[in-house]
Amino acid sequence: MRKKWALFTSMMALVFILAGCEPLLVLDPKGPQAERQANDILLSIGIMSVIVIVVMVILAYILIKYRASKLPDDYEPPHIHGNKWVEIVCVGVPILIVAYLSFVSVKSNYIVESTPEGYENQEPLVVYASSSDWKWHFSYPEEGIETVNYLYIPTNRPLEFKLYSYGPITSFWIPQLGGQKYAMSDMVTTLHLAADEAGEYMGRNANFSGKGFAENTFNVTAMSQADFDEWVDEVHQTAEPITESQFEKLLEPGHLGQMTFTGTHLEFSPAPEHAHNEVSEDAEENQEHSNHENHTEVETDHSGH
Amino acid sequence: MEFFERFAIPHPSPAIYASMVAIALVSIGIVAGLTYFKKWGYLWREWLTTVDHKKIGIMYLVSALLMLFRGGADAIMMRAQLATPEAKLLDAQHYNEIFTTHGVVMIIFMAMPFIFAFMNLIVPLQIGARDVAFPRLNALSFWLFFAGAMLFNISFVIGGSPDAGWTSYFPLAGNDFSESVGTNYYMLAIQISGIGSLMTGINMCTTILKMRAPGMTLMKMPMFTWSAFIANVIIVFAFPVLTVALIMGTTDRLFATNFFTTSNGGMDMLWANFFWIWGHPEVYILILPAFGLYSEIISTFSRRNLYGYSSMVWSMVLISLLSFLVWTHHFFTMGQGALTNSIFSITTMAIAVPTGVKIFNWLFTMWKGKIRFTVPMLYSVGFIPLFTIGGVTGVMLAMSAADYQYHNTMFLVAHFHNTIIPGVVFAMLAGLTYYWPKFFGFMLNEKIGKVTFWLLTVGFVLAFFPMYLTGLDGQARRMYTYSEATGFGPLNMLSFIGAALMAIGFVTIVYNVYYSFKNSSRDIGSDPWDARSLEWATHTPVPEYNFARTPQISSSETFWDSKKNGHVLFKGEIEEIHMPNNSGVPFVMGMIFLVAGFSFIFALWIPAVIALIGIFVCMAMRSFEKDHGRHISVKEIKETEEQLGGAK
Amino acid sequence: MHIDHSKPLEYSTQQNQLNILGFWIFLGAEIMLFATLFTAYFTLEGRTGTGPTPAEIFEITPVLIETLVLLTSSFTIGLGIHAMRLGRKNAMITFFGITLLLGLCFLGVEIYEFMHYYHVGATYQTSAFTAALLTTLGTHGGHVTLGLFWGTFIILQVKKRGLTPETANKSFIFSLYWHFLDVVWIFIFSFIYLKGMM
Repeated sequence: MRKKWALFTSMMALVFILAGCEPLLVLDPKGPQAERQANDILLSIGIMSVIVIVVMVILAYILIKYRASKLPDDYEPPHIHGNKWVEIVCVGVPILIVAYLSFVSVKSNYIVESTPEGYENQEPLVVYASSSDWKWHFSYPEEGIETVNYLYIPTNRPLEFKLYSYGPITSFWIPQLGGQKYAMSDMVTTLHLAADEAGEYMGRNANFSGKGFAENTFNVTAMSQADFDEWVDEVHQTAEPITESQFEKLLEPGHLGQMTFTGTHLEFSPAPEHAHNEVSEDAEENQEHSNHENHTEVETDHSGH
Repeated sequence: MEFFERFAIPHPSPAIYASMVAIALVSIGIVAGLTYFKKWGYLWREWLTTVDHKKIGIMYLVSALLMLFRGGADAIMMRAQLATPEAKLLDAQHYNEIFTTHGVVMIIFMAMPFIFAFMNLIVPLQIGARDVAFPRLNALSFWLFFAGAMLFNISFVIGGSPDAGWTSYFPLAGNDFSESVGTNYYMLAIQISGIGSLMTGINMCTTILKMRAPGMTLMKMPMFTWSAFIANVIIVFAFPVLTVALIMGTTDRLFATNFFTTSNGGMDMLWANFFWIWGHPEVYILILPAFGLYSEIISTFSRRNLYGYSSMVWSMVLISLLSFLVWTHHFFTMGQGALTNSIFSITTMAIAVPTGVKIFNWLFTMWKGKIRFTVPMLYSVGFIPLFTIGGVTGVMLAMSAADYQYHNTMFLVAHFHNTIIPGVVFAMLAGLTYYWPKFFGFMLNEKIGKVTFWLLTVGFVLAFFPMYLTGLDGQARRMYTYSEATGFGPLNMLSFIGAALMAIGFVTIVYNVYYSFKNSSRDIGSDPWDARSLEWATHTPVPEYNFARTPQISSSETFWDSKKNGHVLFKGEIEEIHMPNNSGVPFVMGMIFLVAGFSFIFALWIPAVIALIGIFVCMAMRSFEKDHGRHISVKEIKETEEQLGGAK
Repeated sequence: MHIDHSKPLEYSTQQNQLNILGFWIFLGAEIMLFATLFTAYFTLEGRTGTGPTPAEIFEITPVLIETLVLLTSSFTIGLGIHAMRLGRKNAMITFFGITLLLGLCFLGVEIYEFMHYYHVGATYQTSAFTAALLTTLGTHGGHVTLGLFWGTFIILQVKKRGLTPETANKSFIFSLYWHFLDVVWIFIFSFIYLKGMM
């Protein structure tokens, strides 16, 4: 294990040096999911570097030793068909490497597709993140708040993003908190994230969606739960409620700055019905969950505020 | 006037107007030149109506090179725009059009014809056949490709280019979000050339299965023929999927159906699935023939037989099967859940095993060899480490949890260019240099060739390795600009410098052809590289019937056996040879397809229907036609052989 | 042209053998084409939007007629090829003629069926389901239509030129095509109609 970490650190150092000392966003994780992914990435970079180096060394050796200019004129290369043992090694070693990486990959898949490790006991904050040309709308059904192009989140609490789109396929991505997932128009996808540290993070749509794609970004601010609650109260005191006609206007193609509303558009423009029938073991639970959200939660929220 | 407005460019710019003028001038120049030098008849007799696989191959080759420059121009514009933060060279719309056409041109209209060029030029020679199984169908395949390519390229000046990416995901590519006719061009142009590709697939499979010279069992086929065979099997099974997807996309756009729309039950994810069920095998359609070329070249210039022949074959078979089982890895992030992602993650990584076997076999082919560093060999030697890097980053991308971070970023862009450029483009340039003397009768200059190689290699590394870093730093692909605060600037500038070096490298290829044409010796014999496989056993340039007498095969390196081990290649008397007649019908049909495609794009129904009827009339004429080909007499063959320097 | 008399007429020259193998490979591609269409249909079957569902528009009678007619035509073309092998030109032409007539009947009923869909509000544009249905049926129907022309051309050629290696080869390949369309129809019948009406 220690050896592995030594490898990580050295690889990390190498990558940073190459990148001009600024840590690369993906390799500078601020949440458990991003950390898992960064570890996988560094592990695979390590193993893959070994493969590349081995191939290069063998190639260089052969090229130097067997170049025609170094060999006698009458040297005639032998006819070699193949060797069973050489081939077993050439197949066996890659199989072992691939098997190991597959094992890691499968394990990580189940980790990033569920509530972050260590956060299982907490109630997640559910945020509906929907995209329209070229904006992001964030609805907090429990808090009764909707924002445009910025996201406030509490630290040390699991976050459950429900993603969908009012147009082309987009991809919701906050590199330092975790990898991306698509937002599509006819179903809701779920992304599980969490933030370990307070701070400002870059978030963007990563999937090409037309003319305004490059600027289709949003700011993420992670803060303590107390600060978050304070913000929620403040919004309820200062912001205007969102109306259907206003929301329709927001959906028109274009860019908008940051905006804040009370209430959510889920009340009059609910998320698409089809939650993706996940093949994972919590499929049933998921189904229940989404039903619950589509009806009850929105309902109670409405009456709550 | 309203009728003509549809042909206007929706987002004009001075650059587009300049290109319009340039295209018009070049066209006038070509027509005037042909007329002045009285070459129309020559063009028609020798090229437009030819059914000779070698001439068709050369036409594919020339088209591929032209398209390489078209796609390259797109590439350099993109890199220039991204070289500095907030550059104003291109606006978002133009950038979107350019990366879309870059992708489509490079894959469909550059790489595909390039591999078809080599399949056409080499496969019949390597198996000792007179031509392909269906020579006229072969000509039709070329003209359909040509029609598709022309159609796609005029989108630039008539009606506007497609702007939804080469993957053209719906609903972005639907009418709601892509209003210009650009995506219609995409659908129709790829459809037409795709039909051509499918027919080539059928043609080549039949040729290789049925027309091998006596003694050539499947396991004695040269490696390039094997790779071509497997690539064509993939074509036959993958292209129909694209055909259906494109039909659906076309009807969505032209007839308002709801396959991929956001309303009335349409399903945008279906397009993505179909596209990649074709799209991933497509990658192997390109790379396997490239592997085949490398196998031929490495073995020739190491002066050794190919190591592990049967494992080479079986690894290709395995790759071709796996290629149909991995498509979901192009969208791990679509939310299909951990189980699905895990399965596709494993199948994807599994491809690394047979690919690794091939890398090691090439290394062991050089082992104990006698390596000559000619230009084709340089490309092959450069390919091994660079492609290995591209391959291992592919394994990294296959880890689906980590892919959530790589997906849609420059890391991905770096990866696939890292496989396609050293894998396919280097192979094509190696093959071009290697086979040039066989078909043109003179060698390309080695010195200039080496300069090209180094420019391309250094340029490649500079252009694409920085993208791995910017990708991990959060630079999404297809962004037309970025702010200075992101810090992407310096690395993107480096990429631009690399791209510029590559551009110079490609220009030196043209110069090399010009220089060698003027200065190279024409007295090179039929085997200038001291090669091993059958294509070098006939004369240079190759007579239209390929071999005067059908060769007798002893092994996968029959020609080498005949040179070193006393194997007798050609036995018996020269007999009369049956050859197919030239025909103008394939060319005419190609042009009618062009008209049909254009009419569909602009929803001009009357010409569209007339053109479709025209296509059926051509097919009916073919059905009734009695054409039994012609015979070349023994006397004629002997004269030709004598002229080319002695009977073979 | 070298003719090998030990083989059936349609296989007797090298080019004939190439044609038949090439056509089998083409049918491989056709299988992929229809497999893709079926995949699309099964995916979109339940996505009817505001339009009708399969059970609401399918009618058993025309479908049964179509099935019966097409299956019979597959049988008669088999008889036609048998007659060709025996060298009985007129019998062969007759069986081919019957086959094409049955094909025409099939097409007529299919056109009626399409008009029925139009009248009950299941047009090409109605929903993803109707688009997938009509594209799948239409692609099969288009193949049949093309086959009617092709078959007619072949009958004319056999009539004029007799049973030569060339015409026998074309007839045999056409029979492969026709059988293939029949197999596709069996899939359409079972997995689109029967499943939809259940």
